[in-house]
Amino acid sequence: MEKVIVVENLQKTYKPKSRKHSIEVKAVDGISFEIDRGEFFGLLGPNGAGKTTTIGVLTTRVIPTGGRALVDGLDVRRDPVAVKRRIGVCPQVNNLDRSLTGRENLLFHAEYFGIPKRVREQRARELLERFQLAERADEKPTVYSGGMAQRLKIARALMHDPAILFLDEPTTGLDPQARRAIWDLLRELNEKGQTIFLTTHYMEEADQLCQRIAIMDKGKVLEMGTPSKLKAGVPGGYLIELQVQSADGALNSLASALPAVPGVVEVKVQNNHIRVYADKAEGLLANAMRVAGEKGVVVTDAHVSEPSLENLFLHLTGRSLRD
Amino acid sequence: MATMVALLHRDMRVARRELKFFFLRVGIQPILFTFIFGFVMPRLGIVQSGYANALLPGILALSMTLSGMQSVALPLVVEFGWTKEIEDRLLAPISIMGVAVEKIIVGIIQAVIAGLFVLPLAWLMMSTHLNLQPENFLLLLSVALITSWLFAALGMVMGTIVEPQQIGLMFNVLLGPMIFFGCAYYPWDGLRVLPWFQKFVLINPLVYASEGFRAALTPQLPHMPLWLIFGGLVGFCAFFTYLGLRQFERRSLD
Repeated sequence: MEKVIVVENLQKTYKPKSRKHSIEVKAVDGISFEIDRGEFFGLLGPNGAGKTTTIGVLTTRVIPTGGRALVDGLDVRRDPVAVKRRIGVCPQVNNLDRSLTGRENLLFHAEYFGIPKRVREQRARELLERFQLAERADEKPTVYSGGMAQRLKIARALMHDPAILFLDEPTTGLDPQARRAIWDLLRELNEKGQTIFLTTHYMEEADQLCQRIAIMDKGKVLEMGTPSKLKAGVPGGYLIELQVQSADGALNSLASALPAVPGVVEVKVQNNHIRVYADKAEGLLANAMRVAGEKGVVVTDAHVSEPSLENLFLHLTGRSLRD
Repeated sequence: MATMVALLHRDMRVARRELKFFFLRVGIQPILFTFIFGFVMPRLGIVQSGYANALLPGILALSMTLSGMQSVALPLVVEFGWTKEIEDRLLAPISIMGVAVEKIIVGIIQAVIAGLFVLPLAWLMMSTHLNLQPENFLLLLSVALITSWLFAALGMVMGTIVEPQQIGLMFNVLLGPMIFFGCAYYPWDGLRVLPWFQKFVLINPLVYASEGFRAALTPQLPHMPLWLIFGGLVGFCAFFTYLGLRQFERRSLD
């Protein structure tokens, strides 16, 4: 398979800006991955994981402090202008040209890329139609809804027919309906062969759209693979979360007794919170509750969840994606 | 190159759309000034009737410098600090320096348009005795171009340093003194009577622009020597261009 993106041991350390805040921030801490042509790849992680910095490096806006990143075979540091020709970028912030109408946003963008007048007019018409923006194409994007602005940003990124489309948190802040619309659009683009690189902190989004996902936290890639393979990586797959009330001694004896329950693979205790990773087994929750009762621990809340990327992230970091 | 032209096309389209505001912004101050200082006050006998001759080149310098500066600084402050729109331009297939140079060119064009608008306007209103000799035309042209460039570059320095919430401060703290100490309303040569002040104002780039226009439009009146005018204009121009481009690159890359 042809590699469109190659990232090797990429690092970005932000130097302290003033003496007062003299802590260096390692936003990206030695990550490596490759993306095939035609792939839909996702970078999943909580806010502050280093996703936007990674996209910044790949789109030439952030200069890495170590490692290497190639886009379509070109080094982003050495050849930023050539890289910019090959990428379409839909950034997290709304950077639409507020002085121009929706249609002009597309037309001028294509003009920057040297696309002939007739071609760009034709392409703008098609994209506005396909992205359901045609009716309001001659209004300024300041009056657009969040979903419309987002669709216009994606349309703009597609105007010069890029080899890779980068989307940084494309559905953050959108209502569920607008989010679905964007998902359908992206899926359709990828089916037509568009390589897509997406960052998100919605595990559902990564799960639904991406063929491969890298889970990122604190500047590092923790795990990478297809969504189903990743989910299979959670011990047992099923997760029982118990909120408890008890003295420390009782809690510890419960923690040591739980692994004996049929199906249980791993037990983790955090304050008054117990996470039990288990295979799907008959009477799992009932058995766990019974053991808790025997050890004199009061269970105030219990929750069972199916295999998910959320559970995997929790397993890897001890934190929820939404934290 | 094609990308640079396309960026210029975009900025010109936006500027054309706001043309009436542009003329209002550029025109209102010179009109008021020439009316009060060139028409009302000479008739009240408060200023000498010849004052208009000293005033006109200064008004021209002021209009061009403010236009050039504002047309670069204001959009940059907003696009870097608030709307982040600048990212759209930075993703165009052109070097960051290319985007920066394009912004300076836009400033130069707007300053020149302001000059072309204000010069005949002030001339008509003040009915001054301008002495534009053909041999001074080249001088006028070169002063106008370097002045426009200098202040477009200064606009870039300010636009990349100032945060959106400090725009008001920029006008009061920086532009106020620059305008009043800029020899726009009085000739530099006349400051002879205040030697310390005459030397002090040399740190102000507007002085060289005002005196440059005096040398070109009213050469019969005393003005700063040409070597000092061009030394100041070219020196400040090189300095602010260097600083502005460096600052632009610094703001554009993380």
